[in-house]
Amino acid sequence: MQHAIPVDELGVQGRFMAEAVDACVHCGFCLATCPTYKVLGEEMDSPRGRIILMKEALEGSIDLAGALPYVDRCLGCMACVTACPSGVAYSHLLTPFRTLAELQRRRAPMNQVARTLVKETLPYPERFRAAVQAGRLGQLTRRLLPAELQGMLRMLPATLPPAAPLPEVYPAQGPQRARVALLAGCVQQVLAPEINWATLRVLARNGVETVIPRGQGCCGSLSLHIGEAEQAQMLARRNLAAFPTDVDAIVTNAAGCGSGMHEYPLLFAGEADLPQAQAFSHLVRDITVFLAELGLAPPDGLPEPITVAYHDACHLAHAQGVTAPPRQLLSAIPNLRLVEIPEGELCCGSAGTYNLEQPELAAQIGERKARNILSTGAQAIATGNIGCMTQIRTHLAALGRPLPVWHTIELLDAAYN
Amino acid sequence: MPNSALIDALATFLPVHRLLRQAAELAPYESDALTAFRSRPGAVVLAETQEEVVRVVELCHRHSVPFVARGSGTSLSGGSLPVAGGVVIALNRLNRIVHLDPQRRIAVVEPGVINLDVTKAAAPHGLYYAPDPSSQLICTIGGNVAFNSGGAHCLKYGMTANHVLGIKAVLPDGAVVQLGGDSLESVGPDLAGFFVGSEGLFGIALEITVRLLPRPELYRTVLAAYHSLAAAGDAVAQVVASGLLPGAMEIMDNLAIQAAEAAVHAGYPRDAAALLIVELEGERVQVEAEFAHLLQVVEASGPYEVRVAKDDADRARIWKGRKSAFSAVGRLSPDYIVQDGVVPRSRLGEALAAIQRLSAQHGLRVANVFHAGDGNLHPLILYSGRTPGELERAETLAGEILNLCIELGGSITGEHGVGVEKRAYMPAMFNPVDLAVMNELRLAIDPKELANRGKMLPDGDAPSLTHPGIHPLEQQGVISRA
Ligand SMILES: Cc1cc2nc3c(=O)[nH]c(=O)nc-3n(C[C@H](O)[C@H](O)[C@H](O)COP(=O)(O)OP(=O)(O)OC[C@H]3O[C@@H](n4cnc5c(N)ncnc54)[C@H](O)[C@@H]3O)c2cc1C
Ligand code: SF4
Ligand code: SF4
Repeated sequence: MQHAIPVDELGVQGRFMAEAVDACVHCGFCLATCPTYKVLGEEMDSPRGRIILMKEALEGSIDLAGALPYVDRCLGCMACVTACPSGVAYSHLLTPFRTLAELQRRRAPMNQVARTLVKETLPYPERFRAAVQAGRLGQLTRRLLPAELQGMLRMLPATLPPAAPLPEVYPAQGPQRARVALLAGCVQQVLAPEINWATLRVLARNGVETVIPRGQGCCGSLSLHIGEAEQAQMLARRNLAAFPTDVDAIVTNAAGCGSGMHEYPLLFAGEADLPQAQAFSHLVRDITVFLAELGLAPPDGLPEPITVAYHDACHLAHAQGVTAPPRQLLSAIPNLRLVEIPEGELCCGSAGTYNLEQPELAAQIGERKARNILSTGAQAIATGNIGCMTQIRTHLAALGRPLPVWHTIELLDAAYN
Repeated sequence: MPNSALIDALATFLPVHRLLRQAAELAPYESDALTAFRSRPGAVVLAETQEEVVRVVELCHRHSVPFVARGSGTSLSGGSLPVAGGVVIALNRLNRIVHLDPQRRIAVVEPGVINLDVTKAAAPHGLYYAPDPSSQLICTIGGNVAFNSGGAHCLKYGMTANHVLGIKAVLPDGAVVQLGGDSLESVGPDLAGFFVGSEGLFGIALEITVRLLPRPELYRTVLAAYHSLAAAGDAVAQVVASGLLPGAMEIMDNLAIQAAEAAVHAGYPRDAAALLIVELEGERVQVEAEFAHLLQVVEASGPYEVRVAKDDADRARIWKGRKSAFSAVGRLSPDYIVQDGVVPRSRLGEALAAIQRLSAQHGLRVANVFHAGDGNLHPLILYSGRTPGELERAETLAGEILNLCIELGGSITGEHGVGVEKRAYMPAMFNPVDLAVMNELRLAIDPKELANRGKMLPDGDAPSLTHPGIHPLEQQGVISRA
């Protein structure tokens, strides 16, 4: 598609943005898998419409304030990238655009408070933990709070699991087949520390030694996706410094972090850290991809037969193109029957901070997902991202059907006895 | 500027988030899948009920403001291009399947229902909706009706017109009529047939009754790779001559193969000059028997490689590649024009060779991907709008290809409609008397020319074929180019 984006004024990111617009042929194929388009049925809330809006805002033919509501409603789920035959790198447009917009926009004061809270809390496990404790107190008074903050509080669990510190090295069982470094994650580490433990046990059982580098922190993707590029760079640099590169892989069990770390080269485009960022992102693997490539040690099986629906986390399926490996691993578990979810390509509505920033739409999309899951008759759900787990749990519970929701790796862990 | 009395009247029953007026709300509706043209409407209405559509049309009529119905905006001929300052009626939220009767094998759907969703709804009953445009995952039944859309499998089953039994429509003056009924045996003139393919000129379809077919028991899909485009074209003629009636017969040339492979990894032979996809489908016994025969015919046509789809997943991949081809060509070029000419099947090879010659002459790449069984060509002319003069050259080339189709005894559109894009070529297809009759019909139904003004029928001063450059609407300042 033709455009008049002032590429030179926008720096390296300008080129990325312009290339994405160039590649769009306006065919509309992406509309079919866009959750916001499915729910709202209007062109502005579709990928094709958002591309036009961002293009025009960059060209200056419409003002930013007009375009932003629609860009803000984008989940960043990247289903449109999977669907697009023309190869439009939508994230190359969206992410820098959000950063630019953040510099220019003026947010309503309460919205700003919520954002600052998110930005200054979620990426830091200690702060997040403290906030959750405080947040529970806050639930009593939450009716007094504005919608944004209510959304945040609703998401918080009633109790927090105890946090046993992770070791620095977790040895392989039997002969060593590989050595990896694990990203411990931030939000997930607080909400569901057992996922990391399950990961360490499954890796060990597969002959993999895991190091958990000290000094690592949040991957930065959360900041990047809400347009806080500077904070994202700061967090990413910390990881570039902390992680060894003499490992077979840098493994993560959080889809969002995996996709964020794959974006490091984009984050440092045109900067001195680029080569290091590239080397780093080449090593990044989702845990399921790593295990599938390594060749999974045959699991013993689950005690009883169970039907499990696998939910594709957007940041795994769309942002990283990972759909087969988790299914392959789950299918290898004796006594587990895997089923597919109708409209499986649709996001669950969790999408990073979306739940917090667009509570109403997130709820509609979440309910749709829950109904689709229930239609399969599954007894449990497996997925690869903590955000999806929380969202799906919430919406199954809201429909009165609180099925268990596990991380793929937890099921594998349970299958090795 | 839109008519403010009309806007006021619309605002009495449409909430502000469904009566779009802001620049940011209108910009995404400025064009369809033909981005060379865009034009800003005065307002977009997001209709949610049939009654709302009727009221909007009535009001447009009262205030003499032109309106354009819009489905998913995948038209490749500028069909859903707004009239500047006019009203766009977006039908996407009218997406209910009103009724599905598996016994009688019919479905009654609202116009915003997506083509593939009809098949999804019918699938539990072992039925499906046969017309399968490549855009079927997003195009709407309303759009399909307006353009009489076709698809790969229309070779055996016919176009949209063969599958629409009845249409409830609102005419341009707001009157609601029922055309046709719910069975193939209708009484009186085939008015539903008259509406199908009218490109929105006769009003807006509100409810469409379509036929459903039993899902074929068995598919056999064959891929054959050739060293030349002409050889693949000849193979099509040989399959037809053998008496076989495949469900689909499609050809892709090397550029299209490259693009589709990059997009979906369909597993096509990348070095082929042309790829023929032939699919048999129907009852098991018959398909098994025909399959052996088909393989013989294909083998005899001189391919250098023949492959048969292993299973359903393999078949799905093959079709996904084919159906993604248009959009995938976006990977090869920032801009392209999709042409939609038809030639007699027996002259396919000749047409393809001529297109290659024209492409070389104009120094523009042309990718070919088409419904070979129907002789429906889809040359995609690749250009860059950024290079001065290229769009004009591409349009000249497109015009020459259309003329070629007419000369070979074919037509200027197989399924994408005339829209804005091919309006100027109508006088080459039809004589003045034919055109005058069409115009009279249109004026009888829509004397104010409000419904989809500026589409399909040429103006009195339509430029002749030798002047394909500036579009008449462009000259009048009604539309502008991106
Ligand atoms: C990648 C790609 C591949 C394609 N492949 C094919 C193909 O294989 N075969 C094919 O035939 N076409 C194909 N098309 C063209 C297009 O998809 C079809 O023309 C389709 O029918 C348009 O549907 P739509 O819902 O997008 O309609 P729109 O583009 O929104 O509208 C098309 C026309 O229909 C009118 N209209 C819409 N709804 C109504 C209604 N309810 N009542 C009256 N008029 C109405 C509009 O005013 C407009 O004139 C393709 C397009 C693309 C982008
Ligand atoms: S599918 Fe790709 S090319 Fe088509 S409209 Fe969407 S982003 Fe643009
Ligand atoms: S990222 Fe997701 S929500 Fe955003 S436009 Fe693409 S499909 Fe829609």
